Amino acid sequence: MRGRKRIPRLFFSALSLERMRRTGNLTSAIAALLALSAPIVFAQAPPAERFVVVLDAAHGGADSGASINGQSEKAYTLALGVRLRSLLMARGIDVVTTRESDTTVDPAQRAAIADHANAQACLTLHASESGSGAHVFVSSLAPAQQAAMLPWKTAQAAWTQRSVALAGVINSALTHAGMTVTLGRIALPAIDSMTCPAVAIEVAPGQSSDGAGTGSLDDPDYQARVADALAAALVEWRSEERGGRQP
Amino acid sequence: MIPRHQTILFVVLLVASITLGAVLWTTLDRAHKRLLASEESAPTQAPQVAPSEQATLMVANDADNSVAPRVFSLPLPQNPEARARAVLGKLLDLYCAPGSGHPVPDGASSVSQVFLLPVTAVSASSTAGAGRAATGSSRAAGGNSAGGDELAVVNLAGAFVSGHPSGLETETLTILSICATLHANFPNVTEVRFLVDGQQRATLAGHADLTRTYLTSETVPTEGAHS
Ligand SMILES: [Zn+2]
Repeated sequence: MRGRKRIPRLFFSALSLERMRRTGNLTSAIAALLALSAPIVFAQAPPAERFVVVLDAAHGGADSGASINGQSEKAYTLALGVRLRSLLMARGIDVVTTRESDTTVDPAQRAAIADHANAQACLTLHASESGSGAHVFVSSLAPAQQAAMLPWKTAQAAWTQRSVALAGVINSALTHAGMTVTLGRIALPAIDSMTCPAVAIEVAPGQSSDGAGTGSLDDPDYQARVADALAAALVEWRSEERGGRQP
Repeated sequence: MIPRHQTILFVVLLVASITLGAVLWTTLDRAHKRLLASEESAPTQAPQVAPSEQATLMVANDADNSVAPRVFSLPLPQNPEARARAVLGKLLDLYCAPGSGHPVPDGASSVSQVFLLPVTAVSASSTAGAGRAATGSSRAAGGNSAGGDELAVVNLAGAFVSGHPSGLETETLTILSICATLHANFPNVTEVRFLVDGQQRATLAGHADLTRTYLTSETVPTEGAHS
């Protein structure tokens, strides 16, 4: 067993050594040499510091969602997703999206994309004229133990505790940005099947006391404030995850 | 030969009786029309002879995503299904009133019927909500001493559904408050299903699932407000 695990490790270390020799990076070359002689336990260390966020713009295609000041919710969530993606990528966070255009994506496809991405956070984005501020939801599934085989429809049960933690970080960031936030539990087929910390966020109009801008959903200042706060939340979540917090 | 004064008297009496007859006829006709008109404006339902009783309504609030109990005194029919409809009608009347914390149009006419059926073993085992976080009283501790568990089928009016605001929070709150209100007044009701104009429908207004069976044990108030 040990020998079989060692082969790919040696192979990749040798590859990186060759690449670093060519690029002239001496420190990295020494690190790669050390890796060659490192004990096998390092092979079980976390993989590369890749931090992936799935952005799921709700609705799309035949499903327009709510009507927001004459605009459809599907367009609103897509625009918010695009804005948030560029903010996250600028902060070194990899982003996977469930849709890039006005296409119909069913809940099972959304969950499949999220599960395949092996993400550290999955955000489903909604918008509504009802209520105010942001409505943050976590799956209402009762927490369950992680297992090798999880039932597809309730796979999120193994992640709800981390999802609640992610919702807490998002709540703090949005509150810090002057928004009112409500927290709740919900039965949503898309997030119920996700195997990642998953949160559904519904953006509602801001209140006039929120400060800058009118707080209307179509106010660009308000949209920017929401996206900035969500990006800040995910940066904070990344540092918490890297800080060794495990479920 | 009839005396002249007798002829005059006869003619006068004849004219008087014809006039009186005509007056009587028109008066009667007018009274009849008035009676018909008043019948049309009368309520179609029987007058509320039922005494006022206390009902606990689980009232939703969009501001903090909460469902909180409020006690009202209202006349309630004896028939359980009519009673359930009256209680939900009052709840939805609150939502369409000005200044409502959970604005939804249409009011009491939104609930066409409520059917109360015994929960069969089959429906209990196929309940879609099984395995959800039961944050309130469990099914076993549902407080149903007399009689078994009941399934409430709420038939909503199509006009209500098409006028309901769309959104995760608002739709979820409407469903939760209906389920929690039913359970508060009918402790035997442990499961709730929804129909729209007698048909099954996918969602309330694009978000809340109307195809699943809701367990009243999971419809207790949510975590509440966080500023
Ligand atoms: Zn939506």
